[in-house]
Amino acid sequence: MTARRAQPPLALTTVAALPDAADVVVVGGGIMGLATAYHLARLDPARRIVVLDKTYLCGGASGRNGGGVRAQWSSETNIRLMKESVRLCAEFATEMRINVWFRQGGYLFVARTESRARELAASVELQRAHGLRTRMIGPSDAKKLVPELDTRTLVAASFNPDDGVVFPWPFVWGYARACEQHGVALHTFTEVTALETDGGGKRIAAVVTNRGTIRTPLVVNATGAWSPEIARLVDIALPNHPHRHEICSTEPLKPFLRPLVADLASGLYFSQSMRGEIVGGISNENVPDGLDQRSSIDFLGLYASALVEAMPVLGAVRVLRQWAGCYDITPDGSPIVGFIDELDGFYQLCGFMGHGFMMAPIMGKLAAEHLVSGKGDPVFDKWNFRRFRTGELVHETMILG
Amino acid sequence: MSDKVILCRCEDVSAHDVEEAVARGYRDLESVKRFTGFGTGWCQGKQCVALCARLIVAAGGEIPTAPITPRPPFHPVPLAHLAGLHRRQKDEP
Repeated sequence: MTARRAQPPLALTTVAALPDAADVVVVGGGIMGLATAYHLARLDPARRIVVLDKTYLCGGASGRNGGGVRAQWSSETNIRLMKESVRLCAEFATEMRINVWFRQGGYLFVARTESRARELAASVELQRAHGLRTRMIGPSDAKKLVPELDTRTLVAASFNPDDGVVFPWPFVWGYARACEQHGVALHTFTEVTALETDGGGKRIAAVVTNRGTIRTPLVVNATGAWSPEIARLVDIALPNHPHRHEICSTEPLKPFLRPLVADLASGLYFSQSMRGEIVGGISNENVPDGLDQRSSIDFLGLYASALVEAMPVLGAVRVLRQWAGCYDITPDGSPIVGFIDELDGFYQLCGFMGHGFMMAPIMGKLAAEHLVSGKGDPVFDKWNFRRFRTGELVHETMILG
Repeated sequence: MSDKVILCRCEDVSAHDVEEAVARGYRDLESVKRFTGFGTGWCQGKQCVALCARLIVAAGGEIPTAPITPRPPFHPVPLAHLAGLHRRQKDEP
């Protein structure tokens, strides 16, 4: 049996003692924190890196999302970053030696009004200028891509054949294992209860957890929907807030649905995973804000009626399981990344609007380069927390769900 | 234990799969569920969760304090039925 175990074991060191000092503590063992820790360890092998998670791996949004990975966006920044992230996803299985069930079946964004079609067309133009293969297509071509789709009310659609889906869980494990192989100490079931500062509250000094205290000059807040709570420990009021998003999957079917189909008007999206299940969700405004990972029957009805209308043949397919995760919503729909001016050593990687999973491969890499070299991609200024003080907000219209 | 002993019939998870998960550091019930996929199929763990929990403990993992989070619906339900439920809710405010 040991011969079959080609990979070294993951320690997930809940049994090992917590180190008492580190060069950097990443709070949040989701994909954003793990990707950042992995790239940090590669760039700077001498750095003592600790990653903490309150529960088990995949317990938060990284284990609860639909696995969509796309470069179709409406803003130059998101298109540029996600083009690179999709490329990294395509390399991930080879680099990490783990099957992440990556499948590039494309994303099909449908428009049912002329104004939505014009918006999509403007985004497509920008995407093509950045070298994407996205194209606008009419209802008959959409029907060729997805014959089961009801295209009678369709005006137009945009399609990028290079967008795709992954199975989120092995993606997280891949980063976790690579982290440990590079000497990162990963501690699950370790909850941060306080952050200590010195220099009169000007510098990060230590992370206090339920399992001990780690002295460190640098804390990366990669806790997604929990990030405002972590920032509150040092009296910083981040403007993002958690919002429950529900999702479900059906019994597995023989592969037939190539692209992920998305409708920005209703927020409906669905795709077929490599396991054969139809996985999807829908926007639901009637959800109170707050950290809530419970499921509701209202969601099932809302999603099912929109899905069966879009693709009537799915009416006979049975839902096996539903679950929920928390989006991390910012006031202007763009993330909060980089250092906080008010507190030395407090670095943010949050506010990813429910798209953090797909952005993590590129954002983790860029954040690590930023932390090591001190010089970052322009995005670390553009998406910095200070924009909420200076009023230089950002705009993105292709947010789904 | 032999590779041929099936614990989760829906997702073909064997005793060996669970032992290997624990050996790799996935020591709690929710982590092993995700790593092996047990309990994510047709019965959503109703048949296998107790057996898997027992094997995790036997393999040196942690003693679960609760079953895996139950995921509705209780039985698989066709999307058309759920869509009908939504239409009825809209008609009877």
